[in-house]
Amino acid sequence: MAAVIGQPLKRREDPRLITGSATYTDDVRLPGMLQAAFVRSPHAPARIRSVDASAARALPGVVGIFTHEDLADFWKAPLPCAWGAYPLLKNPAHWPLAKGVARHVGDPVAIVVADSRAAVHDAIQQVRVDYEPLPAVVDLDAAVAPGSPRVHEDLADNISFTFDHKTDGVDAAFARADHVVRRRLRQQRLVPNAIEPRAVVADYRRADGQLTVWAATQIPHLLKIFSSGLLGLPEQRVRVIAPEVGGGFGSKLQVYPEDIATMAAAIHLGRPVRWTMDRREEFTSTHHGREGVMDVEAAFTRGGEMTAMRVNWLSDMGAYNMLNGPFVPILGFLVLPGPYRNRELEAHIKGVFTNKTPTDAYRGAGRPEATYLLERLMDLAAAELGLDPVDVRRRNLIRHDEIPFTTATGMTYDAGDYHATLDLALKAIDYAGLRREQASRRQAGGKLLGVGFSTYVEACGLAPSRATSSSAYGAHLYESALVRVQQSGAVTVITGSSPHGQGHETTLSQIVADRMGIPVDSVEVLHGDTQNTPIGLGTYGSRSLVVGGQAVVQACTRVQDKMRLIAAHKLECRPEDVAFGDGRLFVQGAPTRGVAFAEIAATANLGSHAGMPEGMEPGLEATAYFSPENFSFPAGTHVCVAEVDPETGRVRIRRYLAVDDVGVVVNPLIAEGQVHGGVVQAIAQALFEDLPYDADGQPLGASLMEYAVPTSMDVPDIESAFFVTPSPSNAIGAKGIGETGTIAGTPAVVNAVIDALAHLGVRDIDMPLTPPRVWRAIREAGTGGSSRPFAESGEGGRSA
Amino acid sequence: MKVRITVNGTLTEREIEPRTLLVHYLRDELGLTGTHVGCDTSNCGACTVLLDGDAVKSCTVLAAQADGGAVATVEGLAASGPLAALQEGFWEAHGLQCGFCTPGMLMAATQLLRRNPDPTDAEIRRGLEGNLCRCTGYANIVRAVRLAARKGA
Ligand code: FES
Ligand code: FES
Repeated sequence: MAAVIGQPLKRREDPRLITGSATYTDDVRLPGMLQAAFVRSPHAPARIRSVDASAARALPGVVGIFTHEDLADFWKAPLPCAWGAYPLLKNPAHWPLAKGVARHVGDPVAIVVADSRAAVHDAIQQVRVDYEPLPAVVDLDAAVAPGSPRVHEDLADNISFTFDHKTDGVDAAFARADHVVRRRLRQQRLVPNAIEPRAVVADYRRADGQLTVWAATQIPHLLKIFSSGLLGLPEQRVRVIAPEVGGGFGSKLQVYPEDIATMAAAIHLGRPVRWTMDRREEFTSTHHGREGVMDVEAAFTRGGEMTAMRVNWLSDMGAYNMLNGPFVPILGFLVLPGPYRNRELEAHIKGVFTNKTPTDAYRGAGRPEATYLLERLMDLAAAELGLDPVDVRRRNLIRHDEIPFTTATGMTYDAGDYHATLDLALKAIDYAGLRREQASRRQAGGKLLGVGFSTYVEACGLAPSRATSSSAYGAHLYESALVRVQQSGAVTVITGSSPHGQGHETTLSQIVADRMGIPVDSVEVLHGDTQNTPIGLGTYGSRSLVVGGQAVVQACTRVQDKMRLIAAHKLECRPEDVAFGDGRLFVQGAPTRGVAFAEIAATANLGSHAGMPEGMEPGLEATAYFSPENFSFPAGTHVCVAEVDPETGRVRIRRYLAVDDVGVVVNPLIAEGQVHGGVVQAIAQALFEDLPYDADGQPLGASLMEYAVPTSMDVPDIESAFFVTPSPSNAIGAKGIGETGTIAGTPAVVNAVIDALAHLGVRDIDMPLTPPRVWRAIREAGTGGSSRPFAESGEGGRSA
Repeated sequence: MKVRITVNGTLTEREIEPRTLLVHYLRDELGLTGTHVGCDTSNCGACTVLLDGDAVKSCTVLAAQADGGAVATVEGLAASGPLAALQEGFWEAHGLQCGFCTPGMLMAATQLLRRNPDPTDAEIRRGLEGNLCRCTGYANIVRAVRLAARKGA
């Protein structure tokens, strides 16, 4: 039988998706189902003086309108933050509906329930809320300055948490430095914009107190656990189903106010209630990603070797700590050393409350921010020292023979060859040729050419329990799987992870088919329903294959061990001599002595147990949990070749190459798809997307008309190549691939654009690199003006 | 008001509120949930269907405007076989991940190939500009449409 690992098999989830027969949350239809919508604050902080719902209540079809006070008896605890045990975290209560004060535009103030979409939308217009606007905290520097208005009046300041780390030799290394690069780097605010809007359907059966919830979520089990705790329901009476989920990118890794409020309304009314977000709510109520400022200085030798780095990072939490919001920059901290040898690091991170939509994980979660910082630094050092950016990277990249390598943040890189991916990339793009073309274009005038690199390493496979517990994180991030061999020999795999586009059904089938020596088509993969899946942590952090896949391997191994015993009994051989292949179990070295996989399946299930060893219990099923010992470390080199029109500031990406070492690739079709999608989101951050706020805390351009999610016309084809060093963290050898694109890609694009303009003296442009910003950078560099006045925002968007 | 709309070849007739959007007529009145809603500003294209042969964003068309017309949705694409060539193409080229944009993409691509049976990659990209996909990065969608064109969609 041909190997199934590494085969680009078509996805088995696709037939239902391409025929319109899949069921997403908003497709769930229940008898008597009501529709919910939220009255949201139009102000960033405002005291809620009163809510007058009388006119709305009188409208036809309106069933109920509830504020915090109306539902306060239903919630037993505020919304969760998984990092609550961290002693330096301040975690003010965040209720599903605003209590007294709304803290950001979009903060939900009341839930309205009616018998149709139309009725509920009419009704929310008629709810009169008397607000007293309060001063807004928007800018991060201002937020931490003494005397700033406070987002949470009962806290002393706007600091959510502080995190500090310093290695012993930092100061000495700076004192010795030949050159210090200093910069302020900005991460703009991104809106995840999965194309499926968030949605939840809650159905409460009063007779026995059973709450069934369908939710567009990446974490059905966590949502179940938190919902039962927050609503005070016995855990066994709550069932959460993640049906088809239309993308997440971290935005559905959350316990949202709307989820809990919708459940509370359903319990209160004793009728099923559905809430589906309008897209405009994505911009003010779905958690956002990234925003922060990083002041960095890095010590270099004349030859370009980095000897120490200092980072002061203000990370915008928005108005509340969300489930993982504060932990996002901590994840970034873990990979701040990157693939480089420097072991001297000083980092000070502050989570900062502002009157903006809360932030949390968005594809990459902290690691894109850290990688952007490092990769910009590498290029800046090269420019300031008059070196080639590739040479500076070569000088600093950890060599293959230095691995395992323990970094300044305690990560132990266990497999990888960073120089090899760089060499591969250089060869593929003909670096020398590009530099020649760049020089001749600069001579000739017209469009300029730039080459940008990003050599990255990230930490995936979230997460080793050692790491989570030592950092006061509130959960062990293991994963689970159940493997059941049915009577016919068909195999059912039930994973605790929860896909939303990643193709688990296909990939996990390939793993099981490979190990059991059976056709892929005889394996089915189920997921997403807390009633029949073992408790699992969900899908995020590039963990489903690395952690979830390993749980499948372990469960598989247990079932196979039992099958071996039965086969050995039948074949009269030692169990350890039994091998799997071609739908059979056979004696190693004597393949004709064998028995069909299906026969063993039947024997253990309904068949005559005569073939079973004495005393063995029937059934072929095992559940396994896997908690990794170490992170996995995808790494690689991304290269962007960009053309810049100096007349208009327009950027065109001519070529984008990703060379990724994600360990063993199970399905290259799916893996490439992950690279494509991730890189396009990285390009989007570099060139297009931004959600700025004005001084009053009003988001600017908060709709898909202005917020420029790239279209098919905006992005190039992405070239993807894989270089493999197997990860020792799991038996598959996989390292994780969901986030490489966004982690590596953004600085490659920015570096390319700035490289194109380097001869003009341009060193920095803040993201997104829209034509006006690029154009202005060129003009100001040309007139000898400062190369760094581009801190102001408000130029993102489609019109740019 | 009463509307009569032929959907995927079958005549449907419903009493509706005049402001009912075509997409809600399909999803809520007929239970055809293959057509999705991704936005409220007619930017995403998840709701794309064919109305009298033309691709329209069904979130911007009133059901009343489709009265007397013929609508084709993703559910009707494969009427003459197991899968239409475009569906095959999307499957083979991995032109979808979460699948939420896919019904709209398929309908927009259907119109594209009817008008231009042998499009270049650039023409495919232009033809699908009104349909957002957050997962695939578009390259495989372009490949999917190209494959379908080759098979003669
Ligand atoms: S739903 Fe987005 S364009 Fe119609
Ligand atoms: S496949 Fe998810 S939006 Fe296109």
